[in-house]
Amino acid sequence: MSDLLIARSLFGTTMGFHIIFATIGVGLPLMMLTAELLYQKTKDHDYVIMAKRWTKAFAVLLGVGIPTGTIAGTQLSLLWPGFMEVIGKVMALPFQIEIYAFFIEALFMSIYVYAAERIPPWMRISSLVLVAFGAFASAVLITNVHAFEGTPQGFRIVDGEIVDVDPWAAFFNPSFIVTAGHVALSAYTTGAFVVASVAAFKMLRTPFGTRVYNFHKKALMLSLIAGGIFSFLTALNGHESAQYLHEYQPEKLAAAEGLFETQSYAPLAIGGFTDRETQRVKWGIKIPWALSFLAGNSFDTVVVGLNDFPEEEWPPLFVHTLFNAMVGIGSLLIFLSLTAFVWNKFLKKEHFPRFLMWAFVASGPLAVLGIEFGWVFACTGRQPWTIYRVLSTADSVTTAENLGILFILFALVYVVLGVAVVFVMLYYFKKNTVIEDINRAEQKNVPLYGSNT
Amino acid sequence: MAEELLAITVLWGFVFIYAVMATMDFGAGFWSMIYFNRPKIKATNVANRYLSPTWEVTNTFIVAIVVAVYSLFPTAAYTLGTVLLIPGSIILLLLAIRSAFLVFSNIAEEYRKPLTYISGLSGILIPGLLISVLPITHGDFVEFSDGRQSLDLAHLFTSPNEYAFIGFSISSTLFLSSLLLADYSKASEEMEAYTVYRRDAIMLGPVSIIMAFLIMFTLKREAFWIYENMIDDLPLLLLSLGLFVIGGLALFLPSINKKGVRGIPRLAVIAITLQYLTASYVYGKAHLPYIVYPEVTIASAFTDPSSFRAIFATYIAGFLILFPGFIYFWSLFMNDKRYLRQKQTKDPA
Ligand code: HDD
Ligand code: HEM
Ligand code: HEM
Repeated sequence: MSDLLIARSLFGTTMGFHIIFATIGVGLPLMMLTAELLYQKTKDHDYVIMAKRWTKAFAVLLGVGIPTGTIAGTQLSLLWPGFMEVIGKVMALPFQIEIYAFFIEALFMSIYVYAAERIPPWMRISSLVLVAFGAFASAVLITNVHAFEGTPQGFRIVDGEIVDVDPWAAFFNPSFIVTAGHVALSAYTTGAFVVASVAAFKMLRTPFGTRVYNFHKKALMLSLIAGGIFSFLTALNGHESAQYLHEYQPEKLAAAEGLFETQSYAPLAIGGFTDRETQRVKWGIKIPWALSFLAGNSFDTVVVGLNDFPEEEWPPLFVHTLFNAMVGIGSLLIFLSLTAFVWNKFLKKEHFPRFLMWAFVASGPLAVLGIEFGWVFACTGRQPWTIYRVLSTADSVTTAENLGILFILFALVYVVLGVAVVFVMLYYFKKNTVIEDINRAEQKNVPLYGSNT
Repeated sequence: MAEELLAITVLWGFVFIYAVMATMDFGAGFWSMIYFNRPKIKATNVANRYLSPTWEVTNTFIVAIVVAVYSLFPTAAYTLGTVLLIPGSIILLLLAIRSAFLVFSNIAEEYRKPLTYISGLSGILIPGLLISVLPITHGDFVEFSDGRQSLDLAHLFTSPNEYAFIGFSISSTLFLSSLLLADYSKASEEMEAYTVYRRDAIMLGPVSIIMAFLIMFTLKREAFWIYENMIDDLPLLLLSLGLFVIGGLALFLPSINKKGVRGIPRLAVIAITLQYLTASYVYGKAHLPYIVYPEVTIASAFTDPSSFRAIFATYIAGFLILFPGFIYFWSLFMNDKRYLRQKQTKDPA
């Protein structure tokens, strides 16, 4: 492997690992907040127990999310010094502001967890609001750098020198709002479905109608409602993201759809594999006219095909599959929540059938996969550029050599952390059962948050 | 020049704050490991009580420094990013292990011992590597050739100066953290822990000052330019030494509010922090105008002026927003008797 390829793989692995914890780290606080608010409203102890248990899970995830994020932030400079030199001059603001978001999250997370019993309820809720806000802001701001990479503005390059820098123009680059919105919404979707997964799994393992069963059922319903709303919003906004690609990065959309010839009334290709030789999508389903409509809201929209660009600037063609997988997962999640809604509200059934329960169990991991596919699609689909049409990936990479050993070391550490985090979670929740928390919550004067470690 | 100076001062400020917080952080993790098998004296307990709520905040400062380097001095970030690939990656790997296992050790009770050992040991190596950035910026170990830079690792790790820095950083980490924990235990009324940490501080103080002299001694041979600049500020160096003596004395004076107890650790903490502040000011000033000697200066590496102004504005806004948060945090964890004097020995996770 060339050093460039290793650098890309190393960074991609870091991001792919960090994003699992980061995304849940954005989604879970919103669920915790919802549960806390429901508790204040209903005084039903189950909700405060949910908040407590999710907080513990969140604290463990932070133990991996924060160091891997630190790795990501530093690796940007270590692996892509050429890229960060440009970012430092033009687009440092989001990184800088993100630091404040990290501080807010770190400060109030500690307050929420370690001072829970010493501060009044309104302060606890405010702390949680700030934690959720900090996580949301981190995601939005870092995504802004990604948005800038796709739609750079706010500077000019004259004879290789960066001039006329306008940092706020760079900050408010065209795709900022849409992209950041998509990342935030998909993170909330993921947070909700991860909770749904666990709740559904526990329900399958608990006798129907018991106290603990009902506890998990409440968690499941809450998360399905949240997940339904957010997955729908994610899809709406994803549609808009695709329209932005049509406008600003047409070769990425063309690669996502395996479209070679520029045309109006362009078809949407679902599934299959793009074949470079025959210039078509093999074994895919074609929906006539749909792509033109999706790209520009009318069937006669002209969608640019790959052949309009020099072949060296084509993104890798497998991004078609990644894009399909993400959209597929999104549609499935919406479908699942709708089914649950109909089943519960209109058919008024007590039980969900087993296959549906297992589908709920699968929904969390699927949402995480959706995030992974989406990011790899977005980053790989931008190739060969780190900053679209300004800076190539080859010019961004470090001049240092022999990166292979580093790749192995980092991969090893991620495996260790990944295994350890699963192990610690299982250990903790086996040891501290729901029923013990219920007992604790129902006795007065027994601390719930400070209880057990 | 004024803007560059302002920028480097901000960066220096971050580095100093992080240095102090990190010594406390990594040191506390180390002590928590050392006294693990002696639960009676509560030393581990006190260390964890400090560590649990603060490590996240401390970690954010390291990110703040990295971001400050590339947003204020992008060209320096290019050079530093290139030459620090190997040491930086090792630091990151250790940091990841350390933070994760620190959190895990608080959650998985039965496995607390091995987890505490892993995080304690990996943690104490980090300051030694972090400080290596300083000798690297002195330029001797960086090769500049036709626009490419690389680090001569073999040369670095055979240099006495590098080892003086490593020794200084580890001994300072242990010194400062034992001092802080002495103060923290006294405020928490854990007198056995106080005795232990006071003793550690008394032993480690002289070690760290000897290491500081070793740094000067080896600097004179290996990076004379910075040595010379530092000696120009001899009065301040002597002041720093004086503060060290005051800090040392404070550990022997009789306590004001407790009969029969020796030491005013609060005074010692303040004096020693001021000692390090003075010394790092002298070092930082002597380092100017170079970021990486002799190729990268603060002027050649400086960012675009309009970017700098925008960033500086966010520093001010960020400070105004965060300051009350820090105060509240301090009042809850450093100053709240209910937190400090916990009756049962639980360590919330
Ligand atoms: C649960 C996760 C999830 C789900 C269900 C979806 N997405 Fe997505 N998508 C992401 C998670 C995601 C992401 C990981 O968050 C990405 C990667 C980069 C980004 O900005 O968001 C992304 C990127 C992304 C992009 C590329 C943006 C760019 O390259 O700048 C497009 C065009 C879409 N999405 C479109 C959709 C559509 C039409 C969906 C319909 C259901 C959809 N996404 C569902
Ligand atoms: C968090 C989820 C993310 C994942 C999973 C991810 C994944 C990847 C992958 C797989 C690559 C290698 C692409 C290739 O070379 O084919 C890559 C490259 C890159 N990504 Fe992302 N990325 C993520 C987020 C981001 C964000 C938020 C930024 C902006 C700061 C970013 C900036 C980059 C850069 C600079 C590169 C290297 C150059 C390049 O290959 O374009 N990534 N990422
Ligand atoms: C190149 C891309 C990225 C970089 C450089 C990066 C950097 C970081 C850093 C340095 C931290 C640790 C902060 C601390 O010390 O407290 C962190 C944590 C975090 N990151 Fe990332 N990050 C990246 C991608 C993302 C993305 C795409 C998201 C959002 C979906 C995200 C969301 C978070 C969140 C919420 C945290 C807080 C800790 C947590 O909840 O796990 N990050 N990140």
